[in-house]
Amino acid sequence: MKARTMFEKIWDNHAIHEEAGKPSLLYIDLHLVHEVTSPQAFEGLRLAGRKVRRPELTFATMDHNVPTADRFNVADPISRQQMETLTENCKEFGITLADLNSPDQGIVHVIGPELGLTHPGKTIVCGDSHTSTHGAFGALAFGIGTSEVEHVLATQCLQQLKPKTMEVRVNGDLPFGVSAKDLILAIIAKYGTDFATGYVVEYTGAAIRNLTMEERMTVCNMTIEGGARAGLIAPDQTTFDYLKGKRFVPQGEDFLAAVGAWKQLCTDEGAQYDTCVEIDASQIAPQVTWGTSPGMGTNITSTVPDPESFETTAQRKAAQDALAYMDLTPGTPMSEIKIDRVFIGSCTNGRIEDLRKAAEVAKGRKVSPSVHAMVVPGSQAVKQLAEQEGLHLVFQEAGFDWRESGCSMCLAMNPDILSEGERCASTSNRNFEGRQGRGGRTHLVSPEMAAAAAIAGHFVDVREWKSENASKEVFQ
Amino acid sequence: MNPFVIHNGLVAPLDRVNVDTDAIIPKQFLKRIERSGFGQFLFYEWRFAVDGSTIDSFILNTPEYKDSTILLARNNFGCGSSREHAPWALMDYGFRAVIAPSFADIFYNNCFKNGILPITLSEEQVDELFNRAQGKKDYHLTVDLQEQVVRDSEGLSYPFEVDSYRRYCLLNGLDDIGITLQYENKIAAYEANRR
Repeated sequence: MKARTMFEKIWDNHAIHEEAGKPSLLYIDLHLVHEVTSPQAFEGLRLAGRKVRRPELTFATMDHNVPTADRFNVADPISRQQMETLTENCKEFGITLADLNSPDQGIVHVIGPELGLTHPGKTIVCGDSHTSTHGAFGALAFGIGTSEVEHVLATQCLQQLKPKTMEVRVNGDLPFGVSAKDLILAIIAKYGTDFATGYVVEYTGAAIRNLTMEERMTVCNMTIEGGARAGLIAPDQTTFDYLKGKRFVPQGEDFLAAVGAWKQLCTDEGAQYDTCVEIDASQIAPQVTWGTSPGMGTNITSTVPDPESFETTAQRKAAQDALAYMDLTPGTPMSEIKIDRVFIGSCTNGRIEDLRKAAEVAKGRKVSPSVHAMVVPGSQAVKQLAEQEGLHLVFQEAGFDWRESGCSMCLAMNPDILSEGERCASTSNRNFEGRQGRGGRTHLVSPEMAAAAAIAGHFVDVREWKSENASKEVFQ
Repeated sequence: MNPFVIHNGLVAPLDRVNVDTDAIIPKQFLKRIERSGFGQFLFYEWRFAVDGSTIDSFILNTPEYKDSTILLARNNFGCGSSREHAPWALMDYGFRAVIAPSFADIFYNNCFKNGILPITLSEEQVDELFNRAQGKKDYHLTVDLQEQVVRDSEGLSYPFEVDSYRRYCLLNGLDDIGITLQYENKIAAYEANRR
């Protein structure tokens, strides 16, 4: 049999109907639903008199609109209506919903893996671009629009044109103090925000193998910011250890059988990708974005670039526009940029390991008086675990605001929002104009870098803080 | 869905790369539970100041472009969030086609579900269209999906590629769900096999 990539195997396992000149009909194993991109889809079903074909393969939660201070007090009536609409739709169509009262509630891409809904080899969709997160498990997972949400609800299938495949091989190992967030930001800074448009990216190489599951999720999560349809990482012992015992994962002998099947998914030796790129992880430093696109990033040790240094007219203009919006001057050291706000959370970096890393930096230190810093756990389960470990106390003693779970200031649909001109160190995924609030200025960083910036009041090279001999006086 | 066959309209040149869906329709307007009524919020933060006044310098606020129906843009148009509110807003505002050197994947796909035609041309061709559209204020293009060509009245003619099946569905205004349900037997057989 022909050697196949992991993507091709998953595709072949789910292609129900293929015909030359037409998209394939792909079966969907898991459909995640949230309150923002689903109301029009349910309305479409009602208008056409259609049912949800497989409610048991559909799982819903509310995350985008949820207030993180007092979650049951939804002040915005339109937000409240959107959440109530989801509740009514789930009831009407028989879909399990983790609502605000549920201990399972959280950001849809955080709860899927932690409940064990996400398995290697599954096809997973959600009306949300960061569905690519689930690719960390070797699932083919991608975001869809609301028309497609309706299509999956009605048919449990999607019409899909087959994407091309790209291997991103990450050689070497990430240096001390450099995180998975830095890796994906560096990849996008190097190759651009549309380098993978039309492709499913499979990450391979030693650096990827050494990542934990949560770090792999961070990498796959932001793969969409490189334009890719999906990101994939082959399942291995790290994956199986993470999944074992999770609620919706097969148990006992069934688990062993599942692991046997999952192992078969890996790309065959000799299988060909349509294209390949290689990078050296050992050369990557902590990243900070300076612009209004995730690709506009650089090393913490570097400076704000001069727009004139870019190759094309379009790039120069984009950099000029971005620096004007960000109110930054070329040549300014990244470490001299002062911040007003810090946001630690989101489907990119709102998991327990992210909070542990941020807490490690925050421990025994104080948030700068000029900064408001908040920590928003990705889910109620993350929040509960963090509180068991006492992380909330570490944060609170340092002066961080400890919140309830939700998407929060990643996109600021809830009350967590930047004011005009405020500058934020954010562990989220998008630094678009106005993303975190009109006129707000977002710098994307890792959780460690965000925590350090909260304390210093400006960006710092967290590697120095982490080194054993670092003395506190230097930084305060 | 409304079919798209051929369209002649005024071209609005939006000279920015990486126009994201947050810019096309900011998040505060995603809370509606209907598909309609999003046009008033299109490019909201570029069209309107914080106090609600009109920002005159923004292209769509200049009187010459009030009736534009074809948006000319730069690379990676529609990147970011999967929100289908972006094509809903474009459509509701009056746009029927977007021309750019490249589009983000999910946005591109969402356009076809809503009767908007996204057209990919080379960077050189898009540069030329920008020259022409910025050179005179009433620059019109004819977008012909049947013939797969973009034409102006001065003899410019750019053929474009589009997936044949997407073209077929858009020309006929076909509902995807109806098409998929024709394969009900195959779906049921696949499900039976896996249970």
